[in-house]
Amino acid sequence: MEKIFGRPRGLTDLPFTYCPGCTHGIIHRLIGEVLEEMDIISDTIGVASVGCSMFTQELFACDFVQSLHGRAAAVATGVKRSLPDRLVFTYQGDGDIAAIGTSHAIHAAARGEKITVVMVNNAIYGMTGGQMAPTTLEGQKTATSPYGRDKALAGSPVDFPKTIATLSGAVYVAAMSVDTPANIKKTKQALKKAFQVQQAGLGFSLVSILSTCPTGWGLSPADSLDWLRDNMVPVYEMGEIKATEEVKDL
Amino acid sequence: MEKVLFKGNEAIAEAAICAGCRLFFGYPITPSTEVVEYLAWHMPKSGGTVLQAEDEIASINMCCGAAYTGARVMTASSGPGISLKQEGLSHAAANELPMVIVDISRAGPGLGGLGPSQADYFQATKGGGHGDYRLIVLAPAKVQEMYDYTMEAFDLADRHRNPVMILAEGFLGQMMEPIELKARPGTVLPVKDWIVDGCRNRSRRRLTSYGLSNETTEAACLHLEEKYNRIRAAEQRWEDFYSEDADYIIAAFGTCARIAKSAVLLARQQGIKLGLVRPITLWPFPEKAFTRLTQQLKGVLTVELSAGQMVEDVRLALASSCVPVAFYGRQGGMLPTEEELLRQVIQTFQPAPGKGV
Ligand code: SF4
Repeated sequence: MEKIFGRPRGLTDLPFTYCPGCTHGIIHRLIGEVLEEMDIISDTIGVASVGCSMFTQELFACDFVQSLHGRAAAVATGVKRSLPDRLVFTYQGDGDIAAIGTSHAIHAAARGEKITVVMVNNAIYGMTGGQMAPTTLEGQKTATSPYGRDKALAGSPVDFPKTIATLSGAVYVAAMSVDTPANIKKTKQALKKAFQVQQAGLGFSLVSILSTCPTGWGLSPADSLDWLRDNMVPVYEMGEIKATEEVKDL
Repeated sequence: MEKVLFKGNEAIAEAAICAGCRLFFGYPITPSTEVVEYLAWHMPKSGGTVLQAEDEIASINMCCGAAYTGARVMTASSGPGISLKQEGLSHAAANELPMVIVDISRAGPGLGGLGPSQADYFQATKGGGHGDYRLIVLAPAKVQEMYDYTMEAFDLADRHRNPVMILAEGFLGQMMEPIELKARPGTVLPVKDWIVDGCRNRSRRRLTSYGLSNETTEAACLHLEEKYNRIRAAEQRWEDFYSEDADYIIAAFGTCARIAKSAVLLARQQGIKLGLVRPITLWPFPEKAFTRLTQQLKGVLTVELSAGQMVEDVRLALASSCVPVAFYGRQGGMLPTEEELLRQVIQTFQPAPGKGV
């Protein structure tokens, strides 16, 4: 029988350990497909972060190293400066990159570091049990904002890709979502573009992806997708936020 | 061989280039700044890269990134910066990443002062960051040694797959002395068959210190413990100065040891059999240097530019003997004189000239 659908070669054969309905799995699959289609598995070095996304290191078929809380962009800088001809990407949650790791991501972008950052934004700290993140929406209840995020106390959500897009070293910044088949397709294209940007040596690229955390949100997988669409999409600017002329010419 | 005049910090930088280090990630802080400045001038000429990071945390993590790929890499800082790097140092040690870290220390705690101080001893030798880990720590006492030990630090790091620290006071970093620029020794080092550089022609590799179960974490910790025990057995280094026949010993490292040498000579002129043991490796601490002398020693005075940190290791080394261990220290950037040290030895142990007690 002809096999028409299978696991991309960019992934190992280990089973995903994410919670049921968590869209981390979809994003993993997309990156795995991109690695395979671009034939770059053996040229790529991934940098794992801390949080649920830490499991990336087991699940992608390329070489992987670990970084500490928030430090992925700095570690990736070291890897890339040592091996400029390899593709280097980080896979970080919003808590990791937009709180403890903010300065490293901003300065890597400012330097135009030729790395790709994949930011998975589920508006919450997943692994530690659903605490408030910089990306948590106003009024959103979390373990550390039990009355809902209060703007006067904790400020408003940080639209991290928009911040990064202001830096000239960042040449490609996209904000995507994996809530519908059409958006999943767009996300894959953005990931591919980000890797191509790096391959062409153009500068820093970031793909932010809105993702669900059914466990942290206390919602069913299906309701989570609705919640993402109804609550997160209106708050965050979506689409290709920045693509310099050189990137458009790719 | 011809000697050239070098500043301590620049000798470290020059040695790094000579040792084949081509990546430096740093952040300026007095009194270590000449390391990054010198390298910013000279590293590019050797095809290397010097990157000034946004802070010390980034720089140590960049070092980790480069070390994962097997590159020789270095960073340099001073006490407050080393404090920021401690998290990354724990990470580097846990992932067994060879790298060289330079601490040109200043007086602390807090912002402190710029004068010579050895109060970073605990931070350097006892882990500093989280969890059980060790750095190999080398303490030079002259500019030539800043050069020699840095060069060797890269080999030690590669041999043991462990971060190595050069710990010197700002005094040494800023001092100028004539030195001989020696060539890189042809040491045979283990092949780096563990590095992560893209899985071309081999199966994928993953370097992480994260353990998914208590069992794997314990196995990883035991592996490190065994390695540290091996290093303890193999790498204890020290310098003896008139210690063979000594009744009394001063234990001191770095700048302090230089002053202690003068105190030893002064004592000998007065017929007091004083000697010096200068630890070169602060970790592993050279216990052997003390234990082999227990039969003859009537007292050890540990002299440090701190409130007393290394003295704990001297006491541990001599714990099973009856040799009394005393401490004398100056702080905040102040240095003792040789007369002051000799006076302390006499006051503490009351040795009579020519006879001993
Ligand atoms: S905690 Fe949330 S982000 Fe983490 S795996 Fe579960 S659903 Fe996904």
